[in-house]
Amino acid sequence: MTDPRPLDAEVLPVGLDGYLVRFALTPEPAAMTAARRFATRIGEAAPEGVVEIAAALVSVLVRFAPSTDRGALETQLKAMADEIVSGPLDMPAPTRLWTIPVAFGGEEGPQLGQAAQAAGLTEAQAVHEICAADLRVLTIGFAPGQPYIGLMPEHWNLPRLSELTPSVPAGALVVAVRQFVLFGAESATGWQQVGRAAFRSFAPARAEPMPLRGGDAIRFARAPADEIARLSEDTDRMGGASLEVLR
Amino acid sequence: MTTLSITRADGILTVQDMGRPGHLAQGLSRGGAMDRRALLEAAALLGARAPLAAIEMAGAGGRFSVDAPTRIALTGAPMSATLDGEALRWNATHLVQPGQLLQIGGARAGVYGYLTPAGGIRSEPWLESRATHLSIGIGTTLAAGDALPCGDDPAPERPAHGLAPESRFDGGTFRVIDGPHTALFEADVLEAFYATDFTRGPRGNRQGVQLAAEARFTTAQARGLASDLIGPGDVQMTGDGVPYVLMAECQTVGGYPRIGTVHPADLPIVAQAAPGAILRPRRMPFDEALAAVRSEEAELRDLAGRCAPLVRDPATIHDLLSYQLVSGATAGDDLDLD
Repeated sequence: MTDPRPLDAEVLPVGLDGYLVRFALTPEPAAMTAARRFATRIGEAAPEGVVEIAAALVSVLVRFAPSTDRGALETQLKAMADEIVSGPLDMPAPTRLWTIPVAFGGEEGPQLGQAAQAAGLTEAQAVHEICAADLRVLTIGFAPGQPYIGLMPEHWNLPRLSELTPSVPAGALVVAVRQFVLFGAESATGWQQVGRAAFRSFAPARAEPMPLRGGDAIRFARAPADEIARLSEDTDRMGGASLEVLR
Repeated sequence: MTTLSITRADGILTVQDMGRPGHLAQGLSRGGAMDRRALLEAAALLGARAPLAAIEMAGAGGRFSVDAPTRIALTGAPMSATLDGEALRWNATHLVQPGQLLQIGGARAGVYGYLTPAGGIRSEPWLESRATHLSIGIGTTLAAGDALPCGDDPAPERPAHGLAPESRFDGGTFRVIDGPHTALFEADVLEAFYATDFTRGPRGNRQGVQLAAEARFTTAQARGLASDLIGPGDVQMTGDGVPYVLMAECQTVGGYPRIGTVHPADLPIVAQAAPGAILRPRRMPFDEALAAVRSEEAELRDLAGRCAPLVRDPATIHDLLSYQLVSGATAGDDLDLD
């Protein structure tokens, strides 16, 4: 995935104990990859004083302890970001792979037909492409544990609907702008619902309430609607999702 | 274990502590008390080394009783409080005996009052915090009939203490520092924003507080902005240019531009501004903000040093003039000596 426009990494103060490393103001694919690479890199070797790292789509927040040398940290973050920008912009190799069963189309994905058509595909082709795609958790936000997953190929750059769907159920898999959101709870959305999973990205009573992490690889596995209904009965709310640790 | 029973809930009552930091990457905001300073004040008054889990009371309190002698601290928005009908000083500790009725009325100024038992509330923690996080269904509002487990008071014999609160219950000036989106706003919009007297709008809760004014504060760059990390104190402009200050239970990611961030020391002013209170943002240079920053641990130490035993004859208070006795910024009666 290459972008002809060069990225410019900025390191900006956030409050009094944080820096935001920002690769773009708009959700450009190259900046998303850069942010993910930066988050992986700094997660593996956090500079002294760093207490929290959180990645959004095109930026990474780095919070630090009050005793930290701000200037030194800023210089270090800027050097790291510049190196990422000038290097190869491929998604970093994932360390974990989730396989999540999803029922597509029908009542579980009422907008699969129109989304497929907008992408220039039949429903069967669309489901095939979704299940074959090499996807990552780009960021987690808007609700605890709730993932933004991408990126689909360019023909999936579907606009948000001009009219909100007032309610999609928990577990709804919705698509727009080459990304998916897997809703943790019932929600309104301007994205198109193509499927539904029994997996819940947020279950407070579970040992791991928010199991997904930014950078995790995601593979959707097609499942019949009755299997999703059966998996929804499981008390752990994992919905048949399986995790493979890759390295 | 001591039990704190609620026999009537008049305001919106929730258990709150300093929240659960460290989960932004998983989409979970810190949450916790709206007025963090009030929990620090309670800890200082009770002689605790760290803030304790308390009952946050939005708007009004209720009726409470205990099953073992325990001191309580009353902090935050001053509310009328009585123990078996006898008036209690706010911003102070009091010993409550089993069988006594503690009654806490409506806020006389501000929004959030805090009732902290000396042993802290010991409800079941989730991710190392007892804070109720209403927007995601962690915990619920408290109701009549609820009984909260609390730690036993480690020192019920410790004399009652009082503390002159930092005034923050009637709006006023709050300092704002620039953030990653400030440069997206034109200079004249920034100037207008900082020249506006806002009214704390009718819309406000634990997620955010609306700043109401006739003027709108927009940026042409708001459209197409990638969603970014947000946090408590951020002043976010909705699509029509109405500012909201994000509070304890805000989301972690948002797509609106943010004109700046409230200095953490002044966030309690915004939290405690009741609807209709006047709020004036002042742009604070970053260096000045850095110089003014104080850790919550340091703030607790300072507050502890300012606490004084409660029952004193005013004639013996040599530093009487140092107390804020006549400031219009407090309810005026929160320093009455019992």
